[in-house]
Amino acid sequence: MSELLKVPTMAEYMAQGKQPEVLFWVGCAGSFDDRAKKITKAFVKLLNKAKVEFAVLGTEESCTGDPAKRAGNEFLFQMQAVTNIEVLNAYEVKKIVTACPHCFNTIKNEYPGLGGNYEVMHHTQFLKTLLDEGRLTIEGGKYKGKRITFHDPCYLGRANDVYEAPRQLIQKLEAELVEMKNCRKNGLCCGAGGAQMFKDAEKGDKEVNIERTEQAMEVKPQIIAAGCPFCNTMMTDGVKAKEKESDIAVMDIAELIANAQDL
Amino acid sequence: MPYLSNIIFAILLITGVVFFTKNVKKLMRNIRLGQNTEVSDNKSQRWKNMAMIALGQSKMVRRPISGFLHVVVYVGFVIINIEVLEIIIDGLFGTHRIGLKVLPTSLYGFLIATFEILAVLVFITVIIFWVRRNILKLARFWKSEMTSWPKNDGNYILYFEMVLMTLFLVMNATDTTFQAMNAGNVVSQFIAPWFSGLSESTLHIIERTAWWLHIGGILVFLNYLYFSKHLHILLAFPNTYFGKLKPKGELNNLEAVTKEVKMMMDPSIDPFTAPAEGAESEAEPVKFGASDVQDLNWVQLLNAYTCTECGRCTSECPANQTGKKLSPRKIMMDTRDRLEEVGKNIDANKGVFKDDGKQLLDDYITKEELWACTSCNACVEACPVSIDPLSIIIEMRRYLVMEQSAAPVELNNMMTNIENNGAPWPYNQMDRLNWKNE
Repeated sequence: MSELLKVPTMAEYMAQGKQPEVLFWVGCAGSFDDRAKKITKAFVKLLNKAKVEFAVLGTEESCTGDPAKRAGNEFLFQMQAVTNIEVLNAYEVKKIVTACPHCFNTIKNEYPGLGGNYEVMHHTQFLKTLLDEGRLTIEGGKYKGKRITFHDPCYLGRANDVYEAPRQLIQKLEAELVEMKNCRKNGLCCGAGGAQMFKDAEKGDKEVNIERTEQAMEVKPQIIAAGCPFCNTMMTDGVKAKEKESDIAVMDIAELIANAQDL
Repeated sequence: MPYLSNIIFAILLITGVVFFTKNVKKLMRNIRLGQNTEVSDNKSQRWKNMAMIALGQSKMVRRPISGFLHVVVYVGFVIINIEVLEIIIDGLFGTHRIGLKVLPTSLYGFLIATFEILAVLVFITVIIFWVRRNILKLARFWKSEMTSWPKNDGNYILYFEMVLMTLFLVMNATDTTFQAMNAGNVVSQFIAPWFSGLSESTLHIIERTAWWLHIGGILVFLNYLYFSKHLHILLAFPNTYFGKLKPKGELNNLEAVTKEVKMMMDPSIDPFTAPAEGAESEAEPVKFGASDVQDLNWVQLLNAYTCTECGRCTSECPANQTGKKLSPRKIMMDTRDRLEEVGKNIDANKGVFKDDGKQLLDDYITKEELWACTSCNACVEACPVSIDPLSIIIEMRRYLVMEQSAAPVELNNMMTNIENNGAPWPYNQMDRLNWKNE
């Protein structure tokens, strides 16, 4: 199927003297993590299906600097940011979509102060817009009537007050959206934020992702929907640790929509 | 000496106010030890936040039970304090219930009736608060940082309020002329019979004693504030005004770093040229991040004094919930305690801080706590008065990483990867688009 993916780069657009409608910022997880790459591809399939003229930076993309900043390394963060902004501004990028809430938050909120001003959207917001504009149709398919719970990524929810777009997409799948006791503003972290993804947790009596997985299991979902590659990893690990991987799938919303249409 | 009581009252009142003013000045001096920060923007939104969050208690009621109970005490406190105005006038001019002379009896009765009902409600609520803390032992009041003074402080405040409300009702109940009037004594008429059989003069003595203890207690309580978590009744207002307006996910970009990064990126600048004569050459090198309270900005220090140790932040914290040492409330308490220590040091050394070999980092807040944070903003969201513990944690991480190179090994690996190949993992940047063909 992969040969069907159309993934033009900004450099190719530039060579043709054209501007894409939107830049898809893939992010490090989306580029390198095996699980997250599936999300990237699912999202690209949807972009292709909706005939969105998008481009990626490809090898010109680099880490936004989010984990460095959250770890306290402001130098490294700003070096990354300034370099990325130079690339983005050179291509005169106006609009960015990303499937990673960490990239989303950093580019949207922390780049403007360093000279990078773009309209930044999370992929769930972008897909919602495509749906509203009639460019994308969503059908339930195999997810019709399934119990799905949505895990709010901290950097999408609390950090940027985006709660509705992902939920509206899930409801379009004609699925049964069930909420965990801690959701939206009160959503519990998966445990990966603030650079925790890259280190062992401090001594405690439990891992954060196990706590969150238990909260999800309380509402007996068939699918835990995620909107962040790191949450996805943490929740997948949590479900595995609970030996529930045959009952509960952890899926990104883009994957749900793409799979429902057998893309 | 016909004016003896007036004079004693005036002295008492002035002493209370003078001491309180002194405390407030010290408080402001300490808060100003913090770094400058720009908060003069978007005034209308700031006033709105203060009106909604502090005055309107909008975030308190997110937890319906404690929120509702708090509103009762808050409304009671504010409204019953109107009565203090009458007490002060009576005390200074030797009048008795001046309100009766200037207001129609019906209105006066209505006011006193309102106060009496609120006094009972506050009394009951405060008892419920006490039970929640001491009998039901709600988890957030029994965390490791809630021992000794913080634990006692919480109870002392409740006892204070119980006593003040009791004195107010006893004062009304034993005021025979007020009882005879039968206007506004909606609660105290049921307390009056407890004192039946006592002579007129004994009742008068009880009434006067309650009156003096009531106003005396209020003045003592006013001065207790500075030493207590209860400062929030004042500081919640400026704190919500100065609270963060930007999206919670946005961390500030350090300007000092921006300057250096821009210099590194600009090929036209020669970093080895000597700075121009006198141009900032005397300036001390900037310290990155915070190791002590003076490195934090003044809003963060105001945050620390505003914290009333309710523990909603800590109970929402994923790290704390899973048994890690981190408690956002403790971050705020430590910041306040260290700031107090620095303030006392300055007082003892004629206005200059003398190095005491201590700092906020390590002596109060450990690295283990700082590295346990997931930066999820649950604490910031939970705080009913717009305190931002996360900003302090990040500021201290910045010090650890940029001044001390003291990040955990795995994080150093992650950062080296970003530096070398633009990703937190050791993958080549040239492979970034490989997924397309996989």
